Amino acid sequence: MFFVLLTAIFGPYFTVQNPYDLSDIQLADAYKPPAYLEGGDAKFILGTDQQGRDILSTIVYGSRVSLFIGIVGTLLTCAIGVTLGLISGYFGGKIDALIMRIADVQLSFPTMLIAIFLMSLLGRGIANILISLALVGWVRYARIVRGEVLSVKKQEYIEATKVIGLPNFRIIAKHVLPNVITSIIVLSTMQVGSFILTEATLSFLGLGVPVTRPSLGMICSDGYQVLFSGLWWVSIFPGLYIMLIVFGINLLGDFLRDELNPKLK
Amino acid sequence: MEKILEVENLEQKFDLSTGVLGKFKFKKGRLVKEERMVNAVNKVSFSIDKGKVFSLVGESGCGKSTTARTVIKLVEPKGGTIKFAGEDITNFTPGQMLKYRKRMQMIFQDPYASLNPRQKIIDIITEPMLFHKVANTKKEAEEKALELLHKVGIRPEQATRYPHQFSGGQRQRIGIARALAVEPEFIIADEPVSALDVSIQAQILNLLMDLKDEFKFSYLFISHDPLHPYTKVLLSAVPKLSGTNLKRSRLVKGEIPSAINLPSGCYFHERCPYARPICKEEMPTEKEVKDNHFVLCHLY
Ligand SMILES: Nc1ncnc2c1ncn2[C@@H]1O[C@H](COP(=O)(O)OP(=O)(O)O)[C@@H](O)[C@H]1O
Ligand SMILES: [Mg+2]
Repeated sequence: MFFVLLTAIFGPYFTVQNPYDLSDIQLADAYKPPAYLEGGDAKFILGTDQQGRDILSTIVYGSRVSLFIGIVGTLLTCAIGVTLGLISGYFGGKIDALIMRIADVQLSFPTMLIAIFLMSLLGRGIANILISLALVGWVRYARIVRGEVLSVKKQEYIEATKVIGLPNFRIIAKHVLPNVITSIIVLSTMQVGSFILTEATLSFLGLGVPVTRPSLGMICSDGYQVLFSGLWWVSIFPGLYIMLIVFGINLLGDFLRDELNPKLK
Repeated sequence: MEKILEVENLEQKFDLSTGVLGKFKFKKGRLVKEERMVNAVNKVSFSIDKGKVFSLVGESGCGKSTTARTVIKLVEPKGGTIKFAGEDITNFTPGQMLKYRKRMQMIFQDPYASLNPRQKIIDIITEPMLFHKVANTKKEAEEKALELLHKVGIRPEQATRYPHQFSGGQRQRIGIARALAVEPEFIIADEPVSALDVSIQAQILNLLMDLKDEFKFSYLFISHDPLHPYTKVLLSAVPKLSGTNLKRSRLVKGEIPSAINLPSGCYFHERCPYARPICKEEMPTEKEVKDNHFVLCHLY
């Protein structure tokens, strides 16, 4: 995981080119297979695509976009979902019923369908993806946080804060939230992976990031067009890298779940 | 004698059905409205003299905790009146209650659930102090907190630890310190030792009594065990149990569901070995059988 993050942050300093800077690429370099194959160029370890872009470089740049969307999207989703979950669970009553009914309705549609619908409505763009992901993802946060709040709320230490007379906002922020944060962290880790996949799918369908800032999913999509004319590496390597990232994130999530659970210690 | 707390005909009910829709059920092909209410507290009356200990004793599940939580207004009362230091607080809003929150505090039953696991001990004690301006600066609050912790038997170097690093008895000491932090005049102790080892119970009870002598507050002391030797020592007022009864409404076949199916007459007549026909008909009234001993029973 650290490797993936470091690659995304510092990778651009080491790649042979900026694949999205036209002056950096040469058409003469196009269609080069990976270096270890016959006809490969040592400069382009994973080969080049139709325009002569180095695949390794596109992966490095693409992973930046993918990770950015995954992480920022999760933060945004987390903020909305956790707030609504806290309100819903803590106050209960009508506001709880309202929030949960909206969540139920949304859950009755496949996530991907909503995301595709939103993206075709909003159009391509990184900000639009983030909005779509947040609108799709908040439900899971809200439901999980609400469930946890319901059990925390019954604890005597919350009653104690009410006997003291602390205002609701303070009780939520200082006494409820810290006791539900563990599951939020675990969920968020998993969410980054899941959002990277959602974004990749959207981009693959041509509904995601703009052409000027391709993510891994978009690169796969570009490469897919030439997949069967022999240029398999254009699409397969970025695809494998998505797998690697998501797999790593899920491992991290499992690790955090075990590590942060005080009952297992 | 001046009263710190006067409770009259206190009632508390809980609606067990979930939401508005939960109230409607299909029965025999018809939609009927059904209310499932728990009558946790039925017309409880008592008063507590200033500076005295009042013991509320009753079997488990009879509504003692609910009475305590209603008196301290964690839940709104459904009937009756609560007077604190002569002031009727029954219908006070949370805002109006704020002043009184400083004057009445509570010690909880379960020391493993009553301390926030993510808060350091020192913060648990200083938070109410700062909120109610018992201390004006953080530093002053911390000094006061350490002093208070010392009084309940927690050493200063333990103050920066988290609750899980303490034993049950120590946690209850911390819970006591938290209740004392705002310098209250009245403390409700809801079975404060029932979750602890017998060997620790005496220590905590002694501590509670010593603190009372030092700080001169009044107790509402709740216990499920009137025969416990230490509880006996605590009894400086005799409990007056009135209507500490719980009945869930049960639907009788063929009958139109009614809201609450409390038994007629004395609530206890179904369970009472001495029940006489009149017990089924009439609710007994309060009689003073001895000095300061009140009974609600037709036998007297
Ligand atoms: N919030 C609630 N909702 C529904 N029923 C409740 C609630 N609180 C207490 N009860 C019921 O009221 C009765 C009295 O409970 P409680 O006051 O805790 O008894 P005690 O403290 O004397 O053991 C119990 O049967 C309990 O199930
Ligand atoms: Mg109880």
